Amino acid sequence: MSHDEHGHHELSFKEKYIFSVDHKVIGLQYLITSFLFLMVGFGLMMLMRWQLAFPGTPIPLIGNMFPAELAPNGVMSGEFYNSLGAMHGTIMVFLGVVPLAVGAYGNYVMPLQIGAPDMAFPRMNMMSYWLYLPGGIMMLSSFIMPGGAAQSGWTSYPPLSIINPGQTVWLLSMVVLITSSLLGAINFLVTTINLRAPGMSLWRMPIFVWAQFVTAVLLLLAFPPLEAASVLQLMDRVFHTSFYMPKDLVVLGKAYAGSGGGQPLLWQHLFWFLAHPEVYVLVLPPMGIVAEIIANNTRKPLHGYKTMVFSMIAIGVMSFMVWAHHMFISGMSASLGNFFLVTTMIISVPSVALMTCLVFSLKGGSIRYNVPMLFALAFIPLFAIGGLTGLPLGMTVTDIFLHDTYYVIAHFHFVVVSGSIIALMGGTYYWFPKWYGRKMNDKLGLIHFWGSVASMVGIFAPMLFMGLAGASRRLYDPTAHLHNLPVQGWNVVSTCAAYSLFLFQLPFIYNFFNSMWNGEKTVENPWQATTLEWACPSPPPHGNFAKTPTVYRGPYEYSVPGRETDFWMQNDPS
Amino acid sequence: MGKYGWSLPVAASSYAGSIDFGISILHVAMLGIFALWGAFFIYLLVKFRAKPGVKAVREDHDETPAHISVPDAFSKLPFVQLLYRNRGELKSLIPDAIILTFEVALIVFYAIPVWSRIKANMPDVKDPVRLEIVGEQFGWNIHYAGPDGKLGPRKAELVHFSNPLGLDRANPDSADDVVMGNEMRLPVDKTALIELLSKDVVHSFFVPEFRIKQDAVPGMKIPMWVTPNKTGKYEMTCAQLCGFAHSLMRGDVYVLTQEEFDAWYQSRLATIPASAQPTNPAEDF
Repeated sequence: MSHDEHGHHELSFKEKYIFSVDHKVIGLQYLITSFLFLMVGFGLMMLMRWQLAFPGTPIPLIGNMFPAELAPNGVMSGEFYNSLGAMHGTIMVFLGVVPLAVGAYGNYVMPLQIGAPDMAFPRMNMMSYWLYLPGGIMMLSSFIMPGGAAQSGWTSYPPLSIINPGQTVWLLSMVVLITSSLLGAINFLVTTINLRAPGMSLWRMPIFVWAQFVTAVLLLLAFPPLEAASVLQLMDRVFHTSFYMPKDLVVLGKAYAGSGGGQPLLWQHLFWFLAHPEVYVLVLPPMGIVAEIIANNTRKPLHGYKTMVFSMIAIGVMSFMVWAHHMFISGMSASLGNFFLVTTMIISVPSVALMTCLVFSLKGGSIRYNVPMLFALAFIPLFAIGGLTGLPLGMTVTDIFLHDTYYVIAHFHFVVVSGSIIALMGGTYYWFPKWYGRKMNDKLGLIHFWGSVASMVGIFAPMLFMGLAGASRRLYDPTAHLHNLPVQGWNVVSTCAAYSLFLFQLPFIYNFFNSMWNGEKTVENPWQATTLEWACPSPPPHGNFAKTPTVYRGPYEYSVPGRETDFWMQNDPS
Repeated sequence: MGKYGWSLPVAASSYAGSIDFGISILHVAMLGIFALWGAFFIYLLVKFRAKPGVKAVREDHDETPAHISVPDAFSKLPFVQLLYRNRGELKSLIPDAIILTFEVALIVFYAIPVWSRIKANMPDVKDPVRLEIVGEQFGWNIHYAGPDGKLGPRKAELVHFSNPLGLDRANPDSADDVVMGNEMRLPVDKTALIELLSKDVVHSFFVPEFRIKQDAVPGMKIPMWVTPNKTGKYEMTCAQLCGFAHSLMRGDVYVLTQEEFDAWYQSRLATIPASAQPTNPAEDF
């Protein structure tokens, strides 16, 4: 990287805040944008939840604002419901959680933690963001295009996705978004490998850096198959090729005009080959955040730092060998099911090891219960529910019944929402002082924390019972199935909890923006942490460190006997 | 409606019990694991809360194995020393080992054998009910092979609203075939061998009471089987998003005694016109 990038000449507003090459500004751009997309995805879900709890009744307040083709008389149509479902999943995964976990936290914190002045390729970093934002806007714009937004689920299984309207824009946006992720992944890898400060050996890297590193490898290897697969699906839609279209389709009484000869299952394999590693992309960085916060607030080293690193690497490798556990009943050869059953059970080993290390890290600690720590601690049991409910889904036999029921929805939302998103929120409270030199308000933080945790459990726990009763997912009208009627009450509970989750985000949003200007001012290292991001001013200037730091020890040297303070920073020469 | 409630629906097929066994044992284990870990977690949170003047205690793993109570020569082996030095980290793998043992036992003694019986192999039974189930937007067509056990051939050009599968009635194999829309009747305690197909998009055939679920993929013919063992009225639905009316894709399943089934089948056969000829293909709807 050229030295001029960090020169101190005055930057115009545009260079400083819009087309910035500074990883910190880009990180915050990612942060704000992905939080906005999370709100949009959440909004779509709140509309769906109304239809699920009170099917066929007009959406209150805003129902009549929708065009008649989406919601005649304020009642959501089946097409609109399916669009909301597909877009909710897509937005939350590709525009919300991944950009927040990687683009925002990774971009801002990772270079600081390794003592680097910036990312290895600052301009490419800017390009990642400027592909992500237009890709996201393009995805959202499909709502106002003829045919509406994609309505074939975020999984986009052909032939449905090829004959349904709306999918073309989805595919094009996906290609843009995947390109953005790939550029980011390469940047993260090169930065971690090449820009570590002197003394920052691999075994001295904070867990969060390791998590981002493994995540970048997953993104780099898993996304290209989906990018290729999306292009093939685009060809099937636009040029009537038949990569995924079999012969002799009869759609609504009419023969489909394609040559046929393709295989619908091919898409499912390519899709899940991405989408299972993607699960770990959603989970590993938040787990890294939790580990950072726990080490800092127990005031002792993490239990099993190396075990955790090896577990993450093992998860990364194994995550490429489990994809077809999403396809046990898809019609693929049943004996393949046994293979994926075994690999799926193997991947639970490093996952359990990670959780065990987090719990054991508490032992012997001197635990400070501040707001980030509460979020990190809540992650452990809630994520555990998500992990445990994965067992009956990962087992071939029990998956026959539970596949595509609400049990699945509960399972992965416990993992991603009350797991990843809880951890990411905790990360905001933890690193906010670094970003803006001010602390977020603790009282509002506590309201946000307890309200969010209670609401999340209220949304997802009922879904476990609905799933066991056999309620299928993606039903526009759950009451159309007789066996769903006894559990319909749970849908109402879940919907109320979802609206309450929304209300409890308001103190967070207010707290975030208010604290940017009015929060209590803090020092360089308010949490008395040991890692390098706390060894530079808050907020760090362009170029981060006045002098490249030298690293003398591992990342979590807390409570070292014989020392006056209970933290020993990585760059402290004493 | 006693057959549905807040938990698993009534079990009405020969293998439903095996699937329920797995679901139950896993949930008992999950609750047990969660309760034990939860108790330990809360204990740690209370015991190790910050107290004034009390510092955190580090676990240091680099003590020399002085008090290891095994023969001297053995304790000097580099491998043993390595294990001993890392005993703190290894201890955290104990829960892992317990869970892994449990999982391996479940895989070997439960998942693989039951999966082979239910999905990987079709039962070899005498005199089964043979049928094919064809999904389309938005309904299930049930095509019975009849007493001859042979499914009549289907032709795309014969597809018509009165003949949704395009069954070629001119062929002798079709003579005793019956096609039903969104209604399936099966005799109790008799194995039904089913071929699952789809005309358009991916559907998923789901009868909660039978614990049967299988995707129907266009271009593929997927075998499945079920032996209903309780008479009654159940529900078949589609479990895979298949379009705007996906939630309306459902039908009724009746499990009847053999006599009732035979009588019903004969009554259906009687409704087929004796000279069922191919309808005019030009008369498409």
